[in-house]
Amino acid sequence: MERIEAMTGDEVAAEAGRQINPDVMAAYPITPQTAIVQIFSEFVANGLVDTEMVKVESEHSAMSACVGAAAAGARAMTATSANGLALMWEIVYIAASLRLPIVMPVVNRALSGPINIHCDHSDSMGARDSGWIQLYSENCQEVYDNLIQAVRIAEDKSVLLPVMVTLDGFIISHGTERVKILEDEKVRKFIGKFNPQYPLLNIDNPVTYGPLDLYDYYFEHKRQQVEAMENARGVIKKIGKEYAQLSGRRYDLIEEFGSLDADLVVVAAGSTAGTAKGAIEELKEEGINAKLLKIRTFRPFPQDEIKQSLRKASAVAVMDRSASFGAVGGPIFLEIRSALLDEERKVPVVNYIYGLGGRNIEIEEIKKVFQDLIQIKETGKVKNLVNYLGVRE
Amino acid sequence: MKEKGWKDIPLGGLILEAGSAKEYLTGTWRTFRPILDEKKCKHCLICWICCPDSSIIVEDGKMKGFRYDYCKGCGICSTECPFKAIKMVEEAKYKAEKGGEK
Repeated sequence: MERIEAMTGDEVAAEAGRQINPDVMAAYPITPQTAIVQIFSEFVANGLVDTEMVKVESEHSAMSACVGAAAAGARAMTATSANGLALMWEIVYIAASLRLPIVMPVVNRALSGPINIHCDHSDSMGARDSGWIQLYSENCQEVYDNLIQAVRIAEDKSVLLPVMVTLDGFIISHGTERVKILEDEKVRKFIGKFNPQYPLLNIDNPVTYGPLDLYDYYFEHKRQQVEAMENARGVIKKIGKEYAQLSGRRYDLIEEFGSLDADLVVVAAGSTAGTAKGAIEELKEEGINAKLLKIRTFRPFPQDEIKQSLRKASAVAVMDRSASFGAVGGPIFLEIRSALLDEERKVPVVNYIYGLGGRNIEIEEIKKVFQDLIQIKETGKVKNLVNYLGVRE
Repeated sequence: MKEKGWKDIPLGGLILEAGSAKEYLTGTWRTFRPILDEKKCKHCLICWICCPDSSIIVEDGKMKGFRYDYCKGCGICSTECPFKAIKMVEEAKYKAEKGGEK
């Protein structure tokens, strides 16, 4: 029987980990990810999983151990946040380059400095070119659902890429919510066994991982990675549908909420998508039709779906929980503008950088963003292309 | 060896066969080419001992020349030879003189 539990994001990530039952978990604790590893290590101690838990001395080692384990033929997981992700950086790229299907919850936290433990997306957004698939979660339920789907996505033969599943630090990681947990058996049947094609431990068929790769072949291997990301679009959609049959909850590259034909659109990823839904419901009561375009997968970037969703928009506001210093706006904004460039009908797109270092974002602020969009729609003029929502002047 | 396209190579830089380094002709890296003066060579095989790329050809205990497919031209053999029997010649000049002959 499916269970209904009250769980935090970290608890539910650990619970998904228990059901996935990876061969290897190598992790180092960092706020606000700590509870994931702590709870999972209890599962190991209590014999509830068969996992080899590797307690490493740093995140660099955590990812290195996962790379070694995955190359050996194991299903490997880790979890991290902010500075931990920064410390494993070198190996994050190597995991993707060696095409190892590692799954990693990233509890979004602001990167130092100044040192801060609260939510923003600077950590995972910085890793957007690392070759990892990125699934952003809106709430605890999505953390659970994304993690289970992530295993299948990562291990799909046409993909073979690592996946990070993000959850907003404290907001989701430490916020208790109602979560539906599938039966262990159902999850295990859904994810199946990991069948690595070239496990390093297969002594009957020895292979070399990670040889020197210079100007004669490196480019070709990068081109393969590009292709794997392209393939991931279809695979994520396919597995989303399969998961819907299992759970009743359907997942796609994006999600739309509100009046689907509304021409005022806010784009958001992570927990703020939930806040935006609240704003849209209130606006509806006030007689204003509005829409949310939620980005679930930032990598691969769902360009076609976004174009389709924004085709009838009159004004679009993109919410970025990270800054890209020196760029013309945040990372989601830049890519959405770029995606719309070849559209025949030009739609004004503005950017709101918000919530850095855990600065709170509320329904009222998102309603204010929609008011700005109404202004833009009426006047046809954009006052500020990039806005800083909630910062003190 | 014709290099393959991205669709035809194993993923992630994997090498699926053992001993494949043999196919990688590192001799193309060479700037200086070792040339043996057979009159001076006493077949002491110090070059064979010192060569880091196993590129000294030895037959029946005699120094017979170099494996130019793998010799990177480091010149250790030339430096270590007690009889000054190995001369390092600029590859470009050698090729120009020999008219492109290997």
